[in-house]
Amino acid sequence: MGWFNLKSQSERRQVEREDLWTVCPGCKAHVFREEWSKGLNVCPKCGFHDRITFQQRIDLLIDGGTFDELNAHIGTSDPLRFSDAKGPYAEKSAAAQKETGMREAVVTGRGRIHGTPVVVAIMDFRFLGGSLGSGTGEKILLSAEYALKHRLPCVIVSASGGARMHEGILSLMQMAKTCAGLSRLHRAGVPYISILTHPTTGGVSASYAMVGDVNIAEPGVMIGFAGRRVIEQTIKQKLPDDFQTAEYLLAHGFIDCIAKRAEMKDLLHRILAYWNRK
Amino acid sequence: MDLEFEKEIVEVERRIAELNRLNADPKANFDAEIAELTKKLEALRRSVYAGLSPWQTVQIARHKDRPLLQDYIAGMFREFIELHGDRCYADDRGIIGGFARLDKRRVMLIGHQKGRTVEENIKANFGMANPDGYRKALRLMKLAEKYGLPVVTLIDTPGAYPGMEAEARGQAEAIARNLTEMSALEVPVVAVITGEGGSGGAIGIGVGDAVLMLSNAIYSVISPEGCASILWRDGSQAPRAAEALKLTAPSLLELGIIDEIVPEPPGGAHRDHKAVMAALRDALLRHLRALASLSPRKLVERRYEKYTRMGRRDARAERRARRHEKR
Repeated sequence: MGWFNLKSQSERRQVEREDLWTVCPGCKAHVFREEWSKGLNVCPKCGFHDRITFQQRIDLLIDGGTFDELNAHIGTSDPLRFSDAKGPYAEKSAAAQKETGMREAVVTGRGRIHGTPVVVAIMDFRFLGGSLGSGTGEKILLSAEYALKHRLPCVIVSASGGARMHEGILSLMQMAKTCAGLSRLHRAGVPYISILTHPTTGGVSASYAMVGDVNIAEPGVMIGFAGRRVIEQTIKQKLPDDFQTAEYLLAHGFIDCIAKRAEMKDLLHRILAYWNRK
Repeated sequence: MDLEFEKEIVEVERRIAELNRLNADPKANFDAEIAELTKKLEALRRSVYAGLSPWQTVQIARHKDRPLLQDYIAGMFREFIELHGDRCYADDRGIIGGFARLDKRRVMLIGHQKGRTVEENIKANFGMANPDGYRKALRLMKLAEKYGLPVVTLIDTPGAYPGMEAEARGQAEAIARNLTEMSALEVPVVAVITGEGGSGGAIGIGVGDAVLMLSNAIYSVISPEGCASILWRDGSQAPRAAEALKLTAPSLLELGIIDEIVPEPPGGAHRDHKAVMAALRDALLRHLRALASLSPRKLVERRYEKYTRMGRRDARAERRARRHEKR
């Protein structure tokens, strides 16, 4: 649930509002916005892979004109009629829908990767911090079921602060629900590739993001279960700088490889071709 | 540590104990007073416990005198052979498990361990398991599958441990793996939330064919304090967060997350371990008997249906929830 706490966010916004610059969340360097987006939101100075929208991700990974969205109708629900200091969750999710043009924190569909058909689910952090709500879980599950039915490889791109607490226990249950769907793929021999992007934490890392046949992360991204601040408060000591980075997870054995954004599609293609005995 | 709303109950209990002590003297006779106070106490327990707020329930769920795993092992199970270690790295003490016998039935028992004293709690890490605990749990579940034993899990944790070592050894992966494997386990799983059902740390051993909950237990995606400090930016708003999160047993039954509430005696499980254990034993045996008749294939299919339905938008259920709210 760390998406509320990204500390650089407010200062970042302030600078961004002023002019044509973007501030890299990794190294705090000022980069021309045009250069920033041309580089796929990757910092030219430090190589930090910043968040991108679901549309940018589709353009990046899926062959042009082959993406067919599935279950676009599924949106948020408010099972608890939840309301907090800032007002009702229903209003918050409606605002997120308006702002992003998405109905939930994930967009799912089928498409091709260099010709190979796949089912793909792409999370977008802009939508309530990519939090895992009931609609998110449902779309991930239906993607897995679609992949099983058509025996298509399933690719999930995660970007999430974790469970969506506005949906209470039902958001927790989405962890079990999505894993149940992926478990069926596993037993049927259908591949599931998990791509972890910035950030992948909490309930999403503790469910579908971590159980790929192959787990791939973008360089430098934050991946972890508990938030850094919570851990520091609990153990009362400072954590190393590389803690919970993709490289840290690679070194500890929890992801298979790290791939730069520009190289991700080719890597996916090679893995899928290998699976296809090509 | 007396709870504010229990003060009156504790006071009457104290007076009864005092009179009982005086009554030991053969010359004294306080029988009438004791009888009257006992009646008063019962009424008091009933009225206080009937109208608990979610936040009060949170406090009871965390009460230090509530039965803990070691109490259930000693008082509810006939036999327990502890099995240690995850075969990877460690023998976590936040989750323990082993071969157990409930009545005549053999079960694989797995549960969170908390302590009653500070020393015990430090040893058990306050019921917050490391990845090694979740991996030990999975090892035991796979063993249960091999031997055809049903799995019983007793859940009582503030959450999975948020520590540096826990991250280094893959807390997220360990929980994710358990969720994936439990969904397809070919033996019955009955999970019971006995105290605190703390988020990922709870569901990491909580995917069950039947999920039971003691009437004053709680189950939530985040602690009320954590939720309050994030969404209200003020930890002292925890009572409001507890309300909003719908973390009590009746709310969770309504939402279809749990299958049955196991009633605690009036005054809570911490006042009468025997009564709550008797009720839980009966409920467990009933569910185990019913599940034993299902084939492994059917079991896995049912469990899949159960979990994949959760959170699916259902217009009828939403109308029902709205009606419930109005009442």
